[in-house]
Amino acid sequence: MTSESSIKSSIIKEYTGLTRKKLHVIIFLSLLLIFLAVLSASIGSADVSLKETYFAILERFFPDHFDVNPFAYTVIWELRLERVLMGVLAGSGLAIAGVVMQAILKNPLASPYTLGIASAASFGASLAIILGVGIVGGAHIIIANAFLFSMVAALLIYGFSLRKTSTETMILAGIAIMYLFTAMVASLQYVGEAEEVQEVVYWMFGSLGRANWSSHFPYGNIGIISIALGVTIPYLFLKSWDFNALGTGDETAKSLGVKVEWIRISCMFLAALITASIICFTGTIGFIGLVCPHITRMVIGSDHRFLLPGSCLTGAVLLLSADTLARVVVAPVILPVGIVTSFMGVPLFVYLLMRQRGGYW
Amino acid sequence: MKLKVKDLTFSYRSNPILNGVTLEIEPSELFAIVGPNGTGKTTLIKCIDAILKPTSGSTLLDGDDVSDLDTKDLAKRIGYVPQSAPRGSPITVFDAILMGRRPHIQWRVTEDDLDKVMEMVELLKIEELSLRAFDELSGGERQKVLIARALCQDPEVLLLDEPTSNLDIRHQLEVMKVMKMITKKHGILAIMAIHDLNLASRYADRIGMMYQGRIEAVGASQDVLTPENIRRVYGVEVSLINDGGKPYIIPIEPVEVRA
Repeated sequence: MTSESSIKSSIIKEYTGLTRKKLHVIIFLSLLLIFLAVLSASIGSADVSLKETYFAILERFFPDHFDVNPFAYTVIWELRLERVLMGVLAGSGLAIAGVVMQAILKNPLASPYTLGIASAASFGASLAIILGVGIVGGAHIIIANAFLFSMVAALLIYGFSLRKTSTETMILAGIAIMYLFTAMVASLQYVGEAEEVQEVVYWMFGSLGRANWSSHFPYGNIGIISIALGVTIPYLFLKSWDFNALGTGDETAKSLGVKVEWIRISCMFLAALITASIICFTGTIGFIGLVCPHITRMVIGSDHRFLLPGSCLTGAVLLLSADTLARVVVAPVILPVGIVTSFMGVPLFVYLLMRQRGGYW
Repeated sequence: MKLKVKDLTFSYRSNPILNGVTLEIEPSELFAIVGPNGTGKTTLIKCIDAILKPTSGSTLLDGDDVSDLDTKDLAKRIGYVPQSAPRGSPITVFDAILMGRRPHIQWRVTEDDLDKVMEMVELLKIEELSLRAFDELSGGERQKVLIARALCQDPEVLLLDEPTSNLDIRHQLEVMKVMKMITKKHGILAIMAIHDLNLASRYADRIGMMYQGRIEAVGASQDVLTPENIRRVYGVEVSLINDGGKPYIIPIEPVEVRA
């Protein structure tokens, strides 16, 4: 009797130990992100030390507690934090969109890229840049077009899902949509002027340089993305168990009380909304949405209670460090962040893949 | 807990799969559904758990229509054990079983949830598997894990879809024994679709024989598993051995029966 109950308690103990480890990874990633954010803000042509950066940031929240020189304060708050925040928001948003798409389609290849959402945004932007055609005119024509066309791609995928096709079919449909929009971008580039084509190419590289905030609602594009993430991410976190259950198959998930069709449709919409609201401001940043979920999953496993926040943090860390590197490598030239992310992330990804014993996914 | 299936029909793209199935199953009963491939055993099970929506008819749990119940409430009352689990991203056996608590969990896992998982782990004697990767288990081990998961839901009814079809004889017997024990000890009503007539004969309290979307015969094994019924439904000539009052079936050859 005593040995039985000790086996029982030792299994529970070991299991809670595993859970605690996942929590530790998340805490570590959070601290790493904070450190990286400050480090990134301290780097640039104007010389601001790490300590000054910390003080400048804290001064805003606890005025008159720190000895900050006004120059450093201005540089940090007016010039650099916008970009840093954009990196954190875009990285975490794209990563969570990727995890959610992979969870609801039960496919490791699902991401904003492979489902055609990113290429649809590129098409929208190209349409505005090359032909000047947009649904909403004016100064925000590129942003509006990119947003609207990515939602069109999401709608197309939604249309497929209504026909009760298999999740594999939805992925294939997404890839087909991606090729279609890529071809349309190419044909626009074919007719475009050299400068316009160049602008499209730059837009598609992705950049955090367009980050801004303003003093009034909705507080620039950083404010808009924050609102989009602030509304959607808590809901997605609450659905962690549903995502876990979907991994056991649709029928088992239903028997566990998950409204499978509703979750698939609503979360696909939310993931598309997150993606669209980010890439319409940054341009297409691939890779993060596909690979960050996998990197995180390989480290802390596929329990979505930990995978969702973990992926957000990994995405933010990866995009922020990539952007910091992009600003440093050949300074003062800033490399497009999309390029650096892949150069940094792929070796990490391949290393983790190789380390997995047996099959992963 | 009593389960009533009333005149259930189901059509898939205007192909009728179930043609009016009516059943009444008592508490603590282990009920086996037998029948040839494609007669609707799996469909019937999925309709009972509202995984599939029947074209007409209803399933009543102590008078409550399952289609009126909230999905979460239904998940607290009926557990479903699929024939197999899909390969997916890696999780531990413990996590796989903990999933059965999903209808009871908001977000946080409590002590009670963990205790419940361990209770089922002990019940199915899979302690040494509990922290291994679910994907690495053998078919028999997985089946036990899937049963443990469904039991974690604290259900009054357990539905099993051919739980023994991919298992070696030892695991087949273990699974059937566990099911017998669960129904008797915990008062759970279990319905299982099963191909092996001899396992059904030996372990089930009653058997329903299905053919072309209908229940052809229902009752104790010696009344249902008769050479005539088997010949008519399966088109197979058999002889029977009396195995302690229950028929043991020896298949002889396929025969032409139906015009």
